[in-house]
Amino acid sequence: MNIVSATVTWFADPANWSGPNGIPTRLLEHVEISAVTLVIALLLALPLGLWIGHTDRGARLAVAVANLGRAVPTLAVMGIVAPFTTLIDPGLGFIVYPTVVAMVLLAVPPIMVNAYAGIHDVDRDLVEAARGIGYRERQILLGIELPIALPVVSGGIRSASVQVIATATLGALFGFGGLGRFLKDGIDSNLTGETWGGVVLVALLVLTSEGLFALLQRRLISRGLRLQVAAAAAAQ
Amino acid sequence: MLDWGWLSSHLGAFADRTVQHIYLAAIALLVGFLIAFALALWAVRRPRVYPPINGLAGITYTLPSLVLFAALIPITGLSLLTAEVPLVLYTQVILIRNIVAGFQAVPQDVLEAADGMGYRRDQRLRRVELPLAVPLIVAGVRIASVSTIGLVTITGTLGDRFGGLGFFIFEGYTRSFATEILAGAVLSIVLALVVDTLLVAVQRRLTPWTRPPTLTTSVRVMESGTP
Repeated sequence: MNIVSATVTWFADPANWSGPNGIPTRLLEHVEISAVTLVIALLLALPLGLWIGHTDRGARLAVAVANLGRAVPTLAVMGIVAPFTTLIDPGLGFIVYPTVVAMVLLAVPPIMVNAYAGIHDVDRDLVEAARGIGYRERQILLGIELPIALPVVSGGIRSASVQVIATATLGALFGFGGLGRFLKDGIDSNLTGETWGGVVLVALLVLTSEGLFALLQRRLISRGLRLQVAAAAAAQ
Repeated sequence: MLDWGWLSSHLGAFADRTVQHIYLAAIALLVGFLIAFALALWAVRRPRVYPPINGLAGITYTLPSLVLFAALIPITGLSLLTAEVPLVLYTQVILIRNIVAGFQAVPQDVLEAADGMGYRRDQRLRRVELPLAVPLIVAGVRIASVSTIGLVTITGTLGDRFGGLGFFIFEGYTRSFATEILAGAVLSIVLALVVDTLLVAVQRRLTPWTRPPTLTTSVRVMESGTP
């Protein structure tokens, strides 16, 4: 059957819009777990990255750990985690935890490294000047360094969110729900409509998240900086 | 927790799957490099084509790998092509950006000096620009290699004939057999790290005049995310 018509038929079937395997439920599962994971990763990685950038302590170690994290295959992380979480919780250990742990582990490096690099690259003269006019360290970090570093810092969060959505999709291979379920079930049962339905849904979710982040970055980053960044990008 | 008997009786299978893993990754990297090199050269000569090429490659990179494999299955079936096309696509953003950055890093003075010495355009490219671009190109190849090795595990979705070491993760999961999952996971991590280490050595060998890869090169790539 033609892919387009199979996909349209799948989307048009009311049965796919309700129940535990319906599109709304799966979408909510996907968004929920991605949001929770991103918040956990932010709480872990952002303060650490900012602190490392501000004090310049432990930078080499942080980068080495982050590079290691990037070298490790996602599926392998889930594979390593699954047997252990099953020991702790036989019910969910094989289904939810491997995905969540992998998601957090893979979201931490981009957030941390970009937070570090962004702060680190802020002109030291500015920091010295702030110190000279009596800013406290915390004020320097939050009032001077963070706003200037925001394009790079938020870029890290943005790429972490892409990573998180992707890993949640992959979680379907490990019994997890979410939109990846449609891909996995569609492939296993050889249903073109369901497979491509999943493809369209995940692609839409990724593009929506990217769009929202782009919008957020526009709102948060000060106009002068944005122009500078745009000019630098154009010059490249 | 580990079934040592199973492990020792499957050493042959581990070796076979490792070879398959490297084979699947090598095809993707070779094809990916040729395409990326051509596109990057085009982008360097005609800067106007760079934003669309870069943008397209970037969008592909944000799509989860499972999506690309799943999208191709109804079209090309459970074939080698279905395994390789997504792997090649995922190398593009890393390779194109690094190759372009490599050529752009060549100082204008050097290009003018080469022109002044009477180099033709293709000579200048081969003998002046290319050697100077090598550090960033090799850095890109290194990142692309490690990322591709990770993605090869996911080709296991296409059935037992693919997956490399990822096969053991899939089969172990289906059989709820922790030893097999762990074996597949640990071996694919080891493979990724070994290849990474080897490529650092190659990088040093090819470009003895540069320092080891700097933080900025790795940060630049992290901004674009990973599949």
